[in-house]
Amino acid sequence: MRQPSPPSPGSAPSIWSRLSTLTDYFAWPLRTSHYLELVNPLWTTHKLQARVVKVWDETRDARTLTLRPGLNWRGHRAGQHVRIGIPANGKHYTRTYTISSPPERDDDCFTITVKAIDKGTISHHIVRNIKVGDYLPIGLPQGDFYLPDAQPVQPLFITAGSGITPAFSMLNSLIAQGRLPDTCHLHYAPHEFDVVLGKELKALAQKHDRYHLHLLYTRDGEDKRHARFSTAQLDALCPDWKERDVYACGPPALLEAVEHCFEQAGRSRHLHIERFRAPFTEIPADAVGGRVRFAQSNVDTEGDSETPLLKVAEAAGMNPPHGCRMGICHTCNTTLKSGCVRDLRTGEILNEAGSIVQTCICAAAGDCELDL
Amino acid sequence: MKSHRYPVDLTDEQIEEFGRELDAIRDEVFDARGDSDRAYILRVIKTQRSLAVIGRFIIYLSLFFIPAWGHALASWPVMLGIMALGTVMLGVAKILENMEIAHNVLHAQWDWMKDPEIQSNTWEWDTMSPSDRWMHSHNVVHHTWTNVLEKDLDVGYGIMRVTPMQKWKPAYLLQPVYFILLMLLFEEGVALHEQAIDDHLKGKNKFADFKPLMKRIGYKIWRQVAKDYIAWPLAAALVAIPISFYVPFSPLMVFAMVAGANAIANLMRNIWAFIIIFCGHFPAGAHNFTLEQIEGETRARWYLRQMLGSCNIEGGRLFHILSGNLSHQIEHHLFPDMCSNRYKEVAPRVRALADRYGIPYNSASLLRQFGTTWLKNLRLAFPGGGEPYDGNRQQATQS
Repeated sequence: MRQPSPPSPGSAPSIWSRLSTLTDYFAWPLRTSHYLELVNPLWTTHKLQARVVKVWDETRDARTLTLRPGLNWRGHRAGQHVRIGIPANGKHYTRTYTISSPPERDDDCFTITVKAIDKGTISHHIVRNIKVGDYLPIGLPQGDFYLPDAQPVQPLFITAGSGITPAFSMLNSLIAQGRLPDTCHLHYAPHEFDVVLGKELKALAQKHDRYHLHLLYTRDGEDKRHARFSTAQLDALCPDWKERDVYACGPPALLEAVEHCFEQAGRSRHLHIERFRAPFTEIPADAVGGRVRFAQSNVDTEGDSETPLLKVAEAAGMNPPHGCRMGICHTCNTTLKSGCVRDLRTGEILNEAGSIVQTCICAAAGDCELDL
Repeated sequence: MKSHRYPVDLTDEQIEEFGRELDAIRDEVFDARGDSDRAYILRVIKTQRSLAVIGRFIIYLSLFFIPAWGHALASWPVMLGIMALGTVMLGVAKILENMEIAHNVLHAQWDWMKDPEIQSNTWEWDTMSPSDRWMHSHNVVHHTWTNVLEKDLDVGYGIMRVTPMQKWKPAYLLQPVYFILLMLLFEEGVALHEQAIDDHLKGKNKFADFKPLMKRIGYKIWRQVAKDYIAWPLAAALVAIPISFYVPFSPLMVFAMVAGANAIANLMRNIWAFIIIFCGHFPAGAHNFTLEQIEGETRARWYLRQMLGSCNIEGGRLFHILSGNLSHQIEHHLFPDMCSNRYKEVAPRVRALADRYGIPYNSASLLRQFGTTWLKNLRLAFPGGGEPYDGNRQQATQS
């Protein structure tokens, strides 16, 4: 809020941004956009928001949200993901979801499909509590997991669970452009009723001869073990897999197996993988301190479980901002980049990347990295 | 055992126990924060922004009722009535923004939400003091060293004698005048409330030492002035220029009227903020401390000092909101980063705790708190006014 965002390089400032420089004199210390937000939250320029226009339950624990993004949105490429801010229990969380709709959609909306995962408070919150009319802060589409525009590829999709979403977006995009090549798709789900976007997939497979869908249920039927990914299975279902470009998305176990298989076949170069980084660090059982890294200063040192990180930094020759040294003034606030720290007053463990850390009253709980 | 030098009749162990009980209250409330707190601050922010922008447009609207328009409703009483309404709305918006929103956001009370829009380190407020400078002089200096002589710059703000512990000097004779001036120019006073400036006046540093700081403050002041006294009046005057060919009324007058309305709104906020803030630590009964007294202070003793040095004001719900919940000054000083809407529920518990330990809990009406503040200000303009503090004495001393 304090600094107006610089114009993007290489582009002349738009008429709107010139005008808002002037109108910002009326809005100071806020920006014009803060007042436009009162009229319509989708008109803001200081942050990007989206309105939930539809919620649709795909399965008993997966939901598709249709979102109308604000004016500053730029189109995505099929397979890209977007960061979404979700308020839950009063707190703001950021999660990344793949856009499941194709860019060719004509109503300026996009969809995300979220599966409530075990212990995933936020995914549960999205699946259960988000309603039509809510506004969610969003980022711009990001990621390099998308099909090339230029050369024709024969794709093979290997997906599991909610990993279906980028493949679904890519498929629909290819169909909308009228250039669906011969496509093979292996999708894993525990049961038939668990298949996220299952009906839509089957409808696609019926309508398009060139789309070969294989749905594999890992917990249904008798031959459960055969349903898991293996080279033999791949040979059986998609004999020409060594000539295809492969796009894989799913849980780490599947991706590991797929990577191993393609490495052995010398086809690693044709394997494209999308993984979602876990925002949480496992809390070490014996949280007794560890390696402390101050990223901006490029300092590595050791911190024990009782010494405040501020003292650790000072002992390492740094002079980070600080004030009261007792946790009341928040001058020392910094961001946790990774790892675990413990609040010495309450014993609370902070292990989510992006958490605000008061260095004067937090100590290392295992390894940690701070934005100092 | 009693080794401390605070004016209470408690043993060291009792003070530590008192501190643990306050910690427990803090932890309980912090754990209970959730959706309703977030909804509260978002609602206040939305109300404040709407009030501000609607108030400004009502001020514009009033210009269509200047008698020169010649229509049936065009008369000075109607015009001034509408303009007063807009001005009061703008003034209330500024009060809300400074007191209940910005002061508390800058105390990191809402950082727990992790909302990137409502963070202490990025928030800028509608006053001449740059928020990060204020956070230093207020959060760090004042809240850590509350009421400690020679440490807390808020003890008299370097121009007043607010406790007999401060040594009298002739300049204090004028402090009733400073009192009124600071009330009217509170915004400017806060912007210039800097240790560096105080030191400069005492000849301890050169202007070049804090020139970059003054540039930052200067920029903030310029943008504030540009908004209230240039941009909004000028837009009205520019519209008034073509109209002035048909309606005989000077655009310059239009400019002056809008600027005047904004000035009154700022003045409203200045006076209100001054009254609430002066009732925080200066009414009769508030304690001050010496550096020797607080040597080796523990967290529990820090709590005790906050409690002895702060004063609450009693009032209704709207009063608490407009005062930024600084009417719960004691709770605010005990838990500066607790979100302000929670002070009300914590206050009776803190009060009960104070009663149980026999610690004074200074809470009274606005009239009493501001009245005694003012009387003290008049009395302390002259020498004497109470015992200068003797650090070796153990009994309670009140200023």
